[in-house]
Amino acid sequence: MMQMTGAELIVRLLERQGVRTIAGIPGGAILPLYDALSGSEIIHHVLARHEQGAGFMAQGMARVSGRPEVCFASSGPGATNLVTAIADAALDSIPLVAITGQVPLSMIGTDAFQEVDIYGMTVPITKHNFLVRSAEELLEVIPAAFRIAMSGRPGPVLIDVPKDVQNQKIAVEDFPAPAAADPLPELDLEAIETAARMINEAEQPVLYLGGGVIHSGAAQAAVTLAEQAGLPTTMTLMALGAMPMDHPLAIGMLGMHAARYTNYVLEEADLLICVGARFDDRAIGKAAQFCPNAKIIHIDVDPSELNKIKTAHIAINGDVSAVLEALLPRVKVMLRKRWLSHVQSQKTRFPLQMDGSDDPRTHYGLVHAVAAALDDDAIITTDVGQHQMWVAQAYPFRRARQWLTSGGLGTMGFGMPAAIGAALAAPERTVVCFSGDGSLMMNIQEFATLAEEGLNVKIVLMNNNSLGLVYQQQSLFYGKRVFASKYRGSPDFLKIAEGFGIAAVDLDAAENPRATLAQALTAPGPCLIHASIDRAHFVYPMVPPGAANTEMIGG
Amino acid sequence: MIEQVAEPLQQTGFAKVVLELHVNNHPGVMSHICNLFARRAFNVEGILCMPMADQTRSRIWLLVFEDQRLEQMVLQLEKLVDVLAVRRHGAEHEVFERLERFFH
Repeated sequence: MMQMTGAELIVRLLERQGVRTIAGIPGGAILPLYDALSGSEIIHHVLARHEQGAGFMAQGMARVSGRPEVCFASSGPGATNLVTAIADAALDSIPLVAITGQVPLSMIGTDAFQEVDIYGMTVPITKHNFLVRSAEELLEVIPAAFRIAMSGRPGPVLIDVPKDVQNQKIAVEDFPAPAAADPLPELDLEAIETAARMINEAEQPVLYLGGGVIHSGAAQAAVTLAEQAGLPTTMTLMALGAMPMDHPLAIGMLGMHAARYTNYVLEEADLLICVGARFDDRAIGKAAQFCPNAKIIHIDVDPSELNKIKTAHIAINGDVSAVLEALLPRVKVMLRKRWLSHVQSQKTRFPLQMDGSDDPRTHYGLVHAVAAALDDDAIITTDVGQHQMWVAQAYPFRRARQWLTSGGLGTMGFGMPAAIGAALAAPERTVVCFSGDGSLMMNIQEFATLAEEGLNVKIVLMNNNSLGLVYQQQSLFYGKRVFASKYRGSPDFLKIAEGFGIAAVDLDAAENPRATLAQALTAPGPCLIHASIDRAHFVYPMVPPGAANTEMIGG
Repeated sequence: MIEQVAEPLQQTGFAKVVLELHVNNHPGVMSHICNLFARRAFNVEGILCMPMADQTRSRIWLLVFEDQRLEQMVLQLEKLVDVLAVRRHGAEHEVFERLERFFH
């Protein structure tokens, strides 16, 4: 029998689960847990400066490791500050375990100091959540939270632990086994046979990969399928890197900011093989007009995604990796010369226009110059906005988990804390966060955390002193009535970085920006790389919101 | 901009269905379930919940309209960790009929 408090039990269970780094901020209602954590010799705590930053650090770790990672926050405002990072994890299917302190059980429902119903608030944005009512429950709840976060389609789980439960004494005989993921769904071999036959019989098939391919570790299997069956392959924002962008079968990202040829090729498809993607509106445009001539094979681990937006001719519920492995021996080797040469000619006729991509002082040029200075080991994160789309369009991603971005929720402020998390999970890699001035200011306080941890994170700031994508939409769709999208003041980001103890370089002032950039990227430790971007540059092509993917503007 | 506001879906023309849910019995289960329906403006016409004999499980009966979103609703219900099973019955199921006299 071991005597311990609920808080000590939580820490022991986290240690046994393999958790080695936790990001968080303490406060009154979670102090017992922090007190217990101070006694841990194997868990490193990273003190964020805002709970949203802590949530995104845990997400950055999880997006790199593929395992559930943990963040802590106190009750009330601490917990509500986590909400955005939890919702972001839900929409991108990221395994996350958020643990919050709560007022003591007897005070719940009294509007006590720093009391909010975070359990109620997170019902719609978690896979599952718990309000723990006794220390004994922790023995079940903590492993269950990890199991739920990592099983099937991954996602966030919240555990709200009242302060008196953290302090409650408990005698523990045996610790529960660390959680493992639930067994995979059974393979539907009949559906897989039919899918293989459809692929073998198709004339103009397209493979459409989503984030599920990354989550289930199926990138290699997906590339093999494409090569074996001669499938032009498009990727969603979440799947970039699943197939190397320079692979001859890769046709780039689809949807709102796809190259014209990508959306045109999809328009002509007679079979769409959707793997771990969910027909998101930014990817498919107007649903009724997406791939109008194509039969659909949809493979997803989440049964509620099948037939949700588009009715599938063959819907296969299963782990993407397991289904692809079963599909491979049933799919014929095909050269598909006619279709692939047509795809190639569309690519030649309607390529992505990347003007100025040789000039590091332009947006595309800067993305290319960063890529040229790095190798495939580097991790790239972004914030949300124009810079995010330019990087998605232009960066030569070549491996799964190389690219971390807020896709579903589109959270400005994601990039820097996620980069910190990525560097915590993979300290041997260089992590580059592309950001914009609008996004960077949404979690700029995490510069302090970055400086403290001394991580190898470089922030490439594309500064147009505006909310660029808002400015773009107002210019294109709101009669050029530009309102609340241009900043009147312009903070000196170099001084801000220096004030936080972070090295900074200004590419605007550099005589040889390419050399300055390469030097900044290869020097160890954190660095802010500032570059001004012309506000007049828009992200093209663009599918207007609500339009069909073939109705692109520009590019 | 071509984004359009969808007309609210009229549910009254559809046949009714009775859903029988087998769930864990603890505070919060109802809020998980009701949230799913409320978020999608999917009207729940009737709701009944009682613990089972052993108190660890409850049974929930829902009376809903069978519109085209029902299948998706059931799939979403089945994803909830505390929902152990979902069964569909026709509107002729007596559970709500026998309660009607309490609502007149």
